[in-house]
Amino acid sequence: MANTSTDAAFVEFERVQKSYDGVNLVVKDLNLSMPRGEFLTMLGPSGSGKTTCLMMLAGFETATHGDIRLGGTSINNIPPHKRGIGMVFQNYALFPHMTVAENLAFPLEVRKIGKSEREEKIHRALGMVQMNDFAGRRPTQLSGGQQQRIALARALVFEPELVLMDEPLGALDKQLRETLQFEITKLAHDLGITVVYVTHDQTEALTMSDRVAVFENGRIQQLAPPDQLYEKPENSFVAQFIGENNTLMGEVKEITNGTAVVQLDGGDLIDAVPVNVSKVGERTRVSIRPERVEMNKERLMPGAKTLKAEVLEFIYMGDIFRTRLRVAGSDDFVIKTRNAPDQVRLTPGTQIEIGWLPEDCRALDA
Amino acid sequence: MGLPPYATTPQRIWYYSFRVICALIFIFLITPIIVVMPLSFNAENFFTFTPEMLRLDPDGYSLKHYQDFFTNNEWQRSLKNSLIIAPFATLISVSLGTLAAIGLSQSHVPFKGTIMAILISPMIVPLIISATGMFFFYSTLGNWLETTLGLDKNFVGYVKVILAHSVLGIPFVIITVTATLVGFDRSLTRAAANMGANPVTTFFRVQMPLILPGVISGGLFAFITSFDEVVVVLFVGSAGQKTLPWQMFTGLREQISPTILAVATLLVGISIILLTVVELLRRRSERLRGIVES
Repeated sequence: MANTSTDAAFVEFERVQKSYDGVNLVVKDLNLSMPRGEFLTMLGPSGSGKTTCLMMLAGFETATHGDIRLGGTSINNIPPHKRGIGMVFQNYALFPHMTVAENLAFPLEVRKIGKSEREEKIHRALGMVQMNDFAGRRPTQLSGGQQQRIALARALVFEPELVLMDEPLGALDKQLRETLQFEITKLAHDLGITVVYVTHDQTEALTMSDRVAVFENGRIQQLAPPDQLYEKPENSFVAQFIGENNTLMGEVKEITNGTAVVQLDGGDLIDAVPVNVSKVGERTRVSIRPERVEMNKERLMPGAKTLKAEVLEFIYMGDIFRTRLRVAGSDDFVIKTRNAPDQVRLTPGTQIEIGWLPEDCRALDA
Repeated sequence: MGLPPYATTPQRIWYYSFRVICALIFIFLITPIIVVMPLSFNAENFFTFTPEMLRLDPDGYSLKHYQDFFTNNEWQRSLKNSLIIAPFATLISVSLGTLAAIGLSQSHVPFKGTIMAILISPMIVPLIISATGMFFFYSTLGNWLETTLGLDKNFVGYVKVILAHSVLGIPFVIITVTATLVGFDRSLTRAAANMGANPVTTFFRVQMPLILPGVISGGLFAFITSFDEVVVVLFVGSAGQKTLPWQMFTGLREQISPTILAVATLLVGISIILLTVVELLRRRSERLRGIVES
């Protein structure tokens, strides 16, 4: 998290705070710096402050404290209609009394752009979202996915450098969402625009973004590229919020050379990477991704610590098997295995031994 | 939707009596209006059905009362007054009422309930009380306008009645516009601002077209309120501002003439036309908003 003003920073939040009632801070001391052309996602549960941040950037909310800068200039005192930021709203916010073409013409008309240039820009923007055939329709005559394409085209038609998207795919079905995720990402990269995208859907965040800011309780818990976020969560909130995750509670017994030995509450000892534990005797929450758990002892390092496990449930999910185990007193330990020809299908009641590479197991705050 | 085969006797009785009650209500509402219409074509200067009329003899009917209305100076002057006062009062009611409704629909307005109650009060307070208050208020205002600003007495008279009628019309506009604003998506104004439209452009290009049905029906109510109003105009106006209802009121008391019936019939006709036009406009505008009739 850089909070220094550099030439590369296009969007900057510096020590931004927001309170609606003067007592509770919805956004606490936010520092964020985005280079031009980045696709950044603000991810978090509802009430985590991510939408408030987006609204402050758009100008619909004012920061109680701190500075928001766009291209180096503070925009705290600039009203929304002079910021020149494009925005896609969750409920599309298309003007129902105007046709698709009129909707797209609106931002160009208020900018006093001539008719021929306007038509050319509208044509190009509709082409980007493959909606040229629908220019004469009214928004209500379109499906949800089509409406969102138009909303996207309308946010892009006046060629803003920064586009904000507030859960734009929230109301669409899964398949459409996936198609549009891909299209939005591609458009953003092709046009070279900077995007701030708000969502509570972690899959969306992981698949679309250059970087993801995980919000919780008005703070950014971690700001990292998707792979780092998933594989190297910095605290237990991020570990639990992103993807499926197994957690075991324990106590740090030993820390040497970047490896911690953790005694689980069941008494077993395991190896883990100490992330935000620093001293022996500290309580810790150990986190392991379900697909990184190994049942085949031969694939583990020699001398790796293993745990005894009892199979409780076997779920066939097509491409993967999901097996629920009882491990070290926890009934919720899940492992995922690929549906390969040689993969064993475990039956409930079987006793097995599991292990993992120490770097896949992270000792986080309790 | 007939009676189900398992209906009990009380249910049967209620089924039929409910229909009878509905029919009675309808009759009581509509008869006084219907009965006036044939009487206005009376060939005699009576308020009753003559034997000729009952025999449907063409000699029993005539348009002479209509002719009287269109030729009589008194009636024509009062019609002209009504046609001056009502549109101006409507214009003021619609402008102020719409602005008030939009203001009151913002979430950060303090004492919203109190302000709303005050603005709506002309509709709730008995008219005679409002009229008395207005009498004192507007006579002071009128004196000031005449003496300090040196305005024409007749002109000041119109201003007084127009302002008084505007106050009576505002509650209707506030109520209908507030109702349309409930369904108004605030993210539309945000979207407009985001695309670079200043607040004034946003209002006229985005908000106004969408709340237009509410504004139109509020305006219609305000117009009819002013066009029908007799109490306030009696208190506030002077003889120069004698409106149509005022003329009818005095006509009824002083010179019982079926011309009143002719005027009443014309007014009913105008009301029906106005309501139809407004309803058609409203449907068109709803279609534009994309609301599909279910």
